[in-house]
Amino acid sequence: MIAPDPSPRTASHDGPGPDDGDSPGDHAAAKRRFLRDAAASVRDTDHRAFVRRALGGYYATRDAQKARYRDWEQARDAASLAKWSAVNRLDELLPRFEAAFTANGGVIHWARDADEARRIVLDLLRAVRARAVIKSKCMTSEEIHLNAAMEADGYGVVESDLGEFIQQLRGEPPYHFVFPCMHVRRGEISDLFTRHLGSPPTDDPEELTMIARRHMRRLYVEADVGITGANFLVAETGQISITENEGNARLTAGLPRVHIAIAGIEKVVERLDDLAVLLPMLATAGTGQPLTCYNTLYSGPRRAGECDGPEEMHVVLLDNRRSAILADPEQRDSLHCIRCGACLNVCPIFKNVGGFTYGTTYQGPIGSVITPHLRGLADWNHLSGASSLCGACTDACPVRIDIHHHLLHNRRNAARTAPNRWERLGHRLFAAVATRPWLFALAGRIGRFTLPVARWLRPPLLAQWLESRDLPAAPRHSFRSQWRSRRRGA
Amino acid sequence: MTNPPAGARSARDTILARVREALALPAPRPHLHHHAAEAVTAPGALPILAAETARPWLPDGGDTPAERMNILVENLGKLRAVVHRLPDMTAAAELVFALARERDWRRVAWHRHPLVEPLLAGLPCATHCVDASAVPPGDGSAKDALESCDAGITACDALVAQTGSILVSSATCGGRGLSVLPHVHVVIATHDQVVGTLGDALDDARQRHAGRWPSMLSFITGPSRTGDIERILVLGAHGPRELIVAIVG
Repeated sequence: MIAPDPSPRTASHDGPGPDDGDSPGDHAAAKRRFLRDAAASVRDTDHRAFVRRALGGYYATRDAQKARYRDWEQARDAASLAKWSAVNRLDELLPRFEAAFTANGGVIHWARDADEARRIVLDLLRAVRARAVIKSKCMTSEEIHLNAAMEADGYGVVESDLGEFIQQLRGEPPYHFVFPCMHVRRGEISDLFTRHLGSPPTDDPEELTMIARRHMRRLYVEADVGITGANFLVAETGQISITENEGNARLTAGLPRVHIAIAGIEKVVERLDDLAVLLPMLATAGTGQPLTCYNTLYSGPRRAGECDGPEEMHVVLLDNRRSAILADPEQRDSLHCIRCGACLNVCPIFKNVGGFTYGTTYQGPIGSVITPHLRGLADWNHLSGASSLCGACTDACPVRIDIHHHLLHNRRNAARTAPNRWERLGHRLFAAVATRPWLFALAGRIGRFTLPVARWLRPPLLAQWLESRDLPAAPRHSFRSQWRSRRRGA
Repeated sequence: MTNPPAGARSARDTILARVREALALPAPRPHLHHHAAEAVTAPGALPILAAETARPWLPDGGDTPAERMNILVENLGKLRAVVHRLPDMTAAAELVFALARERDWRRVAWHRHPLVEPLLAGLPCATHCVDASAVPPGDGSAKDALESCDAGITACDALVAQTGSILVSSATCGGRGLSVLPHVHVVIATHDQVVGTLGDALDDARQRHAGRWPSMLSFITGPSRTGDIERILVLGAHGPRELIVAIVG
């Protein structure tokens, strides 16, 4: 078992709110933590510069790769349609996937929530007398906090994806759901490996990668159970599709005698042909590749005549409030997400506040859209406010999710369910003033008079706003009086 | 095989009931920005786009065998795979012999296949050959045997020009471990295995396996890689560091 570095994030990362429902009590705790962490990240200019530099290469390769599409925009339409028609027929496609996968010799498990999913996996581990578990990258397992549950039951669990392995050693959740340790400098990784694996210090990313590779090789061979995620579930053929670059998912699904995959119910697509569009677009949008290094379809356990592969294969289908998103026709398309991470990579908020500030399994714009549904609007509504609504996320999305409008929808829904009395009073006051010309003129006069005083006095209500901004100088005359005098002059 | 735990049945029913209830309210059709809308099936029906419709929008896979070969070789090069175009199997055997001698390969893994077997005859005597297809399934030593190999030689189901990918399957290419455990992966293919696009390769696979899918089908696109450390590209993360593709004919 790996003992991670002590980290304050392990315990407090997820803030309030169980992952399977609304939490009673202090709804503002997550928001307070967000504001505190965001302020700290924004001031850490080294960190921001480092993250920007790390993403710099992504923009160049992604653009070069997009240029190879004969029509990227229409390809986005095709990808969007493939997901639209699948998500809107989940009731038909989920049983179809189940039947086809079962016919291939696999076993399907249904999990209503995180707790049920964890119990299913732990029961499976017990049933197959597992000792060592190897995992490849799986965000649904992060969502249900599977590692902690397995470790509490005494299983040794190792993350095999290099980035996830580094995060596991650091005792931190992923910083970015595609690039888990993009915030970590190579020197820190070298120290980490020296401490945990006893390797000599090095500054070379290649050598660091080889240290992890050598460490992991024995673990693949010795593990009894491999746990993976799934990027797509093909209803037509009963196959699951896993996208990766390192080969660690191939080894995780190939060598242990039991393979368990955990997937959200929204991962179903209807036809194998849909992957001809979705796989290249996932790679191009996510990492700027033509296709990631390994795109693998698994239909079940080892077949007669095949020389290796697991004896058992299980797929855990996880709802965990995805059906609540499905029940909202306006935001249903947020279930189209293929988790490419493109919206994070282009988001000015993500680049400035950093991945940990969100405090969610899914960071960035798409995380801000779906987390309020998955874990309660009252606790996570503030994420929808953390957006400039610039729309870069919507432009980047390969399946055309209208992300920034959904952030607006969340804000509206939050205002409906828990109206802010002060905000409402403010708007009423403004309406009362703005609809009475004499009052508007008077308010303007007062404003022109008090603005210079406010600049100097910095009253408490304005102080926070003024930390990073200057109040404009007050004009001598109101717009209306300028308008009148100019018309007279002309 | 474990039985589904008690209560799983009701979880299934609950989730499907939630899904059905949720879908009772229809979602607005997606905003399509281009001509894709015209390709949609009958009005009122759910929009379904034929996969063939999307093909002209994706990266080019070439229209003629010569074009496809050019695109494939170019893409493999960009992916840092090494390509050898060879006139015949004799040349392929010579290539493998030269590689084994030059790199001092001690152990080479292979599987029974008409394209792979002729290559072994020429291997240097010092090189031990591990037949991945001969190890009894479930034998733990098989993984160790494969893991310790310097190179794995496999056939493939198809080569995809559009993406520079090699399609291998657990049924036809020596199982799951052979193409990913040894440090170097040598692929032996014939020129007529080159297809244009990913869609063509999937069609092909559907016909070849006709309803009985191998437990694994994998598109391999270049040697194993990672960018997890400061987004800097490193080859050979967990799978092979080198991918050598020999195309005969």
